[in-house]
Amino acid sequence: MALGLHRRAGHQPRLNSRKEHERRQRRRSSLIAAVSTLVVLAAVIVLVPRMPRWDRVKKSFFDVEQMRDSLPRLIDAFWLDVKIFAWTTPAIFVLALLIALARNSRSPALFPVRALAAVYTDVMRGVPVILWIYLVGFGVPGLGLERPYNSPLLWGSVALAMTYSGYVAEVFRAGIASVHESQRAAARSLGLSSGQTMRFVVLPQAIRRVVPPLLNDLVSLQKDVALVSLIGPIEILRQANIDKAKFANFTPFIVAALIFLAVTIPLTRLTDYLWHRQQRRTTGTRVAA
Amino acid sequence: MKRSIRIRVLAASALALIGLAACGGDESSSECPTITEGKLTIGTGTPAYYPWVADDAPESKQGFEAAVAYAVAGELGYADADVVWVRTGFDEAIQPGAKNFDFNLQQFSITEERKANVTFSDPYYSTNQALVGYADSAIAGATSIANLKDAKFGAQAGTTSLDFITKVIQPSTEPFVYDDNAAAKAALEAKQIDAIVVDLPTAFYISAVEIEGSAVIGQFPLSDAVGADNFGLVFDLDNPLAACVNEVLASLKESGKLAEIENEWLSGYTGAPVISLD
Repeated sequence: MALGLHRRAGHQPRLNSRKEHERRQRRRSSLIAAVSTLVVLAAVIVLVPRMPRWDRVKKSFFDVEQMRDSLPRLIDAFWLDVKIFAWTTPAIFVLALLIALARNSRSPALFPVRALAAVYTDVMRGVPVILWIYLVGFGVPGLGLERPYNSPLLWGSVALAMTYSGYVAEVFRAGIASVHESQRAAARSLGLSSGQTMRFVVLPQAIRRVVPPLLNDLVSLQKDVALVSLIGPIEILRQANIDKAKFANFTPFIVAALIFLAVTIPLTRLTDYLWHRQQRRTTGTRVAA
Repeated sequence: MKRSIRIRVLAASALALIGLAACGGDESSSECPTITEGKLTIGTGTPAYYPWVADDAPESKQGFEAAVAYAVAGELGYADADVVWVRTGFDEAIQPGAKNFDFNLQQFSITEERKANVTFSDPYYSTNQALVGYADSAIAGATSIANLKDAKFGAQAGTTSLDFITKVIQPSTEPFVYDDNAAAKAALEAKQIDAIVVDLPTAFYISAVEIEGSAVIGQFPLSDAVGADNFGLVFDLDNPLAACVNEVLASLKESGKLAEIENEWLSGYTGAPVISLD
């Protein structure tokens, strides 16, 4: 709502009754939300255990003893995911920023760079991650690299950084494009060079604007890290797969999912929060359902 | 888990007492029920590999497991025409829902852990582990696992071979794990691993057909830590048909028929140098 107007007109009875109405509406909405949630939960809790083979499903997917047994191994394996995530993320950001800058270059002489950057993002985003992991993870070491430079962990991470930098570069590019042309004009008229304009005026605004979609890409990366296991390293999903086969029980996957959620939920909530904050800052109005 | 095993043993012996005659030839008997009356539905891998199933066509009765399946079916009283094949992956065979097969055979190793979720028959084949690698690799010619400590190993996910690497060979670096032989082959070629560990007949098949230039570097004797790799037929948990099939397997062993089938399909797959466990 438009705060200024509201505050100024706050004492008038007509608007007070509007406020009252809005409050009632809000209360009603949350009541409906609570009741519908309860109904769905109750249905699940009451109905599912009455299904004929629930006992078998429970044993196969929610075996408490199996959870306890697998948990330490899975947490151990999850460290590898965290490590891959930790060293690919900075690489992705640096690479993506360079590509976005290349695509945004304006000098006519740099046309080949722009074209190359465009082809790079198209190809990286157009080809499935799995293929890049196989191609780079097995293909590059297959050219004759010796240990330790042929490590699947190294080249699997490179493949991830390559594909994700394609996505992230587009996010950066959108951010850069969203900065109004007048900002550049003002900066240039103040005597800043083209490079300085980008560095001190455009990029700081652009990056702040794209923080939510960047975090979104990170959430997605955090899951795709598991694909590195296709070329050998045992990370959490692979460990869950091994345990599943060993015990003929799918519970380890549930445990792995919970570990993933423990990381992704805070990350997505943070994204939501940042997005809302930005919405409030930029639009300042909200229409109720 | 213990209790359920005891119950199963009780049930099995009770069935054995009551149902001996019934299991001999009367397939519609309630003691040996099948999912489709009058038919025996058997699951196998997708695809199924030689020498277990020849040409991915179990109906041909060619290949060790195909031949065993038809022998079991025959002893249970099913004509060849009454045998129906379905294809499942490993996961479909162990999922908790109703099964679309009476039993499934695709080199499932019998382990205590798995018994909590599926029922196994008695073993129809026992094998040991073997190493496949390039003949010019650093570990070719190894005679003892002491020579293998610094080598890098690969295994297929969810196999007993992986257990064998971590528990018996105990190499200095963690093994790598692959979904299939194609990935293991690529890793061998990229020199990311020195060898893969698989059961012996599979080792011979992979080295001869799937990975050109590779060889069976050696086979391992059985160990206490990881016993023989015993293959069993997989049934839905507590399926009473398992008891009937066990009797049939016992009689196939006694009559020498099982050994005959093994001889026909797997006899060429035993001659590899032995790598000692010291």
